[in-house]
Amino acid sequence: MPNTIAADRPSDTLPPPLRPEPESAPLRATIENFNFYYADGFHAIRNVSMPILDRQVTALIGPSGCGKSTLLRALNRMHDLYPGNRYEGRITLLPEGTNLIGREMDPVMVRLRIGMVFQKPNPFPKSIYENVAAGLRVRGISDRRVIDEAVEIALRRAAIWDETKDRLHKSAYELSGGQQQRLCIARALAPNPEILLLDEPTSALDPIATAKIEELIDEIGKETTVVIVTHNMQQASRISARTAFMYLGELIEFGETSQIFTNPRHPRTEHYITGRYG
Amino acid sequence: MAVMTEGNLSGAAATAAAVGAITRAKRIDIVVAACGVVIMVMAMGLLLTLIGDLAIRGLGRIDYQFLTSFPSRRPENAGILSAWVGSILVMLTTAVLAIPIGVLAGLYLEEYARKNWISNLIEINVANLAGVPSIIYGLLALGLFVYGLNLGKTILVAGMTLGLLILPIVIVSTREAIRSIPLIVKEAAYGLGADKWQVMWHYIIPAARPGILTGAIVGLSRAIGETAPIITIGALTFIAFLPPPPITDSFPFISFAWLHDQFTVLPIQMFNWVSRPQEGFHINAAATGVVLMVLTLALNGMAIYIRYRLRRSVRN
Repeated sequence: MPNTIAADRPSDTLPPPLRPEPESAPLRATIENFNFYYADGFHAIRNVSMPILDRQVTALIGPSGCGKSTLLRALNRMHDLYPGNRYEGRITLLPEGTNLIGREMDPVMVRLRIGMVFQKPNPFPKSIYENVAAGLRVRGISDRRVIDEAVEIALRRAAIWDETKDRLHKSAYELSGGQQQRLCIARALAPNPEILLLDEPTSALDPIATAKIEELIDEIGKETTVVIVTHNMQQASRISARTAFMYLGELIEFGETSQIFTNPRHPRTEHYITGRYG
Repeated sequence: MAVMTEGNLSGAAATAAAVGAITRAKRIDIVVAACGVVIMVMAMGLLLTLIGDLAIRGLGRIDYQFLTSFPSRRPENAGILSAWVGSILVMLTTAVLAIPIGVLAGLYLEEYARKNWISNLIEINVANLAGVPSIIYGLLALGLFVYGLNLGKTILVAGMTLGLLILPIVIVSTREAIRSIPLIVKEAAYGLGADKWQVMWHYIIPAARPGILTGAIVGLSRAIGETAPIITIGALTFIAFLPPPPITDSFPFISFAWLHDQFTVLPIQMFNWVSRPQEGFHINAAATGVVLMVLTLALNGMAIYIRYRLRRSVRN
C-alpha cells in the first residue's frame, strides 16, 4: 500500500485541519482545545475540538496511532489509571456543563456516568447475571428485584436476552466471542450511562458477530449517546450520524457521516477514505 | 527426505552437512537425556530410601497410645500428644498472622505503591528476606519478642516468629498472582466506575486467590518443619500438659489463654529423641518423622486441591 503521505506532518503540504461547523442538533458533550500528553511526554492529541451529539452515534476514524482510542479513553478518564498522563483543555458534559477533565473532577465519578466497551471482549470470570449486575453492585445497589429487572433490560437492549435467559447463572466464559462482546455491552448499559464509549468493539470478531453488533449499536444509538472508535470505514458509514477523521493526533475533519464519505472537504480525509493510506 | 533430492552439487553437499549436524545434535540429545534420567533416579532413590527407612522404623510405633501420650522417660510410654497439638496451634497462629499481613503487603506493593527507589528498595529486601537463614529469625525473635517485649517462650511468640519467616513467601506469591491478572479485566472493572478498593476486593483478590492460597500453604508447610528458630526462642522439649482449651464453658466461651502457654512442636520432639542414647527413643523419633511428613504432605495436597477447585470454579 502506498504510504508515503503518512510520514509527513499534516501541516507540511496540505491545508490545515478544518474546524467543525456549529451544530444545530442537540449536544451531549463538547470537546474544546483538547490536548493529551502521555507520561513519556508524547503529545498524542493536538488541539482537538468537536461536539458529541445527543442520542446519536459519533464515529472516530483514522489510521492506527492517530489518537482516536486515546481521545475515547480520555472521555471516561481511563488514562488516570496510569500515572503521569496529562490532559489540557476542556470536555464539557451537557446539559449541566461539568468539565470531565477538570482538576476537581474525580475520575471514578466520570466513569460512573460514562460507560465503556473495550476492543477485546473482557467479561469477568463470573456468571452472566453477575457480569451485567457488576455495574449496579459497584453503585451500591443490592435490591434483588431492582438488579433482576435491570439485568433483563440490559440483556434485551444488547440483543442477547434470548440466548442467555436460560443460563443466567452459568459462566460468561461459556459464551462465544461475539456473545461475550454483546454481554460486555449489556454490562456497560445496565447502569444507564449518559454516554457509551465503544473502542473498536468488533475488531476481534467474525463478520457475522460484527453484523449483529452493528445492528445493535444502531438500535442503542436511538436512546443513548454513543461514541465509537473504528478501523472499519464501512462500519462508520453504516452506523454513525457524525464522523470525525483524525490523523497524527489532529482532528482533520468533522461532519455528517454522509458528507465525510461522499464529499470530504479536506484532501487528507479524501485520501484516507479512498484507501490511499491508513 | 525431500530436501536431499535437490539437484546441484553444492546444494547436495550442504544438505549432507546439515544431515551430519542433525545426527550429531540428536546424539547429544540422547546423552543429555540419559544423564538426566540417571541423576533423577539417584536423587529420587536417595529420597525414597530415606523415607522408606523412616517408615520401616517408625510406622509400627504409631498407634493410639503414641498419639495420645505425653513424653515420658520410658520410650514405650512416650507419645507426641503435646508436640502435635503444639504444632497445630503454632501453625494456626502463624497463618492468622502471616496471611493477612502478607496479602495486604503484596497488594500494596503491586497496586498502590508508587514505583520509585523506596518501593524498589522494599522489593529487593523482601526478595532477600526469603533467603535469610531461619536461625536469624530465631535470634531476632529471642531478642525482640522474648526479652524486648517480654512475651515469654509462648505459642504466640512461635507463631510470630514463623509468621515473619514465611511473610516473604506470602508477599512474593501474592504479587505474582496479582500480576498474572490480565489488564483488560482490571480496566473493565475500572470502566464500570469501580473505585480502587472495589476493584481490589471484588476483582483482583478473587482472581488471585488460587495463587495466594498456594503461596500461603507452601509457606506453612515450610514453617511446620522449622526447628532452628523455635529452639532459639527456647521452646521446651518436655511438655507434659496441654494448653488451656480455646473454648470454655463460661462466658465469653472463647479463650485465648493458649496463646500465652509454653509448648513444643513435632520437629523439636523428634530432635530431642534422636539425641537420646536408647534405641526405643530412636524409633519414637522415626515415628514422629513419619507424622510430620504426613502433615506436610497433607498441607501440600490441600494446596493442590484448593488451586484445582478454584481454577475450575473460575472457569465454570
